[in-house]
Amino acid sequence: MQASAVDIRKVNKYYGPFHALKDVDLAIPPGKVTCLIGPSGSGKSTLLRCINFLEEYDSGEIRIDGQLIGYEVPGRKMSGRKLRQMRRSIGMVFQQFNLWPHMTAKENVAEGLIRVRGLSKSEAETRAAEALTKVGLADKMGNHPARLSGGQQQRVAIARAIAMEPRLMLFDEPTSALDPELVGEVLNVMKALASEGMTMVVVTHEMGFAAHVADQVAFMEKGELVAVDSPQGIFHAPKDERIWNFLRTYHERNSF
Amino acid sequence: MFSIPVFLQSFEPLFWAARYTLLISGLGIALGLVIGTLVCAARLSPYAPLRGFAAIWVSFLRGVPLLVQLLVFYYTLPVIGIDVPAIFAAVVTVGICASAYISEIWRGAIAALPRGQAEAAVAIGMTPRDTWTRVILPQAFTMSLPALVNELILLVKASSLVSVVGILELTRASQAQAATTFRPLEVYLAAACIYLAINLCLAALGRYLEHRTAV
Repeated sequence: MQASAVDIRKVNKYYGPFHALKDVDLAIPPGKVTCLIGPSGSGKSTLLRCINFLEEYDSGEIRIDGQLIGYEVPGRKMSGRKLRQMRRSIGMVFQQFNLWPHMTAKENVAEGLIRVRGLSKSEAETRAAEALTKVGLADKMGNHPARLSGGQQQRVAIARAIAMEPRLMLFDEPTSALDPELVGEVLNVMKALASEGMTMVVVTHEMGFAAHVADQVAFMEKGELVAVDSPQGIFHAPKDERIWNFLRTYHERNSF
Repeated sequence: MFSIPVFLQSFEPLFWAARYTLLISGLGIALGLVIGTLVCAARLSPYAPLRGFAAIWVSFLRGVPLLVQLLVFYYTLPVIGIDVPAIFAAVVTVGICASAYISEIWRGAIAALPRGQAEAAVAIGMTPRDTWTRVILPQAFTMSLPALVNELILLVKASSLVSVVGILELTRASQAQAATTFRPLEVYLAAACIYLAINLCLAALGRYLEHRTAV
């Protein structure tokens, strides 16, 4: 059996008395797309943010290519330098894009290459231009985020992440803040990335994307990982009543 | 009756005094920006004693009128054996007082930035230093400009208070001149024009910076 790209074991996370993640176990296979679905507040985003330690988990282990993230050994925090080293190879795309508004699209993408990867300005700009071309924004490189549509902004954010040549990409509801007609362009970029064999973990409410692009789908509710299965299994033969209920409300909301 | 020649003649001696106003508020602002930045950094630091110190600094200096601070600073130091020239006492007091307000302006601007801005930097492995200098501070600076210009203008006007430690700045000079010429209307109006000119320049500088750093 192939080793997992991300191995999540018995992860728990508390916000004060609130138990946000409950003994979560999940293996993310390399080169595959894993979608995390579930009602809001179920802990999907929290789990995703634990993978690059933006959110600190309290117990359990998360290993990226075998290496524990966030902790030197369970219970002892990792140094900032080591954590930064690990984060370099994990790209992240946020719901609110989080582009830096004082920089152009190209500068947004080049910034990490210069500051984190230590590339020269000209080399970073060449790579930034390549990444932006890849997401279909070759003609928008000089624009500031305020001059871009939501879909374009999110594509810049994806370019910013892939320019760093990550081994793993995390997407935190990448289309939830977009107008419906702009969702498609972002999903298409993500599909292209998936077809190149990028390991992806996607928190999403786009059930269509989960059904058609994901290799595995994990369903969460109330901090628990209820089921992990193929999209076929989750969407057409769910074994748990909670998944039924979730899909039923989803269909009710989206049918007309 | 209002006399235009007297009004125009009032300017020349006042310009001389206005140099003190400019010197004290200019140096006070510079000092206030430096100390204010440090105080803000202390306020946001992970070390509780530093945070506590900064919080006390801000609440004490905001809670006591500048006039009283000036008098305390100027009259207390000689008592403990430190003799300071009035101009030095004035600049330091104005600077320290301004630092309390400026640090709060910075802090407010930084707090107003969405958390995701820093997260995006942290997520690609940027160091805390780069995150601050490349992502947080440039944006916080732009956002703080209107409040900052406000504060600087207040400071120029508040510099008239340093006359209590015997400095002949614009307001004090106009009082003296009005008393000797018996033309208060013309003299004070001239003084008002000079204050206005200084502050319009500051406001224009603020607009220029806002425009240049606009996002």
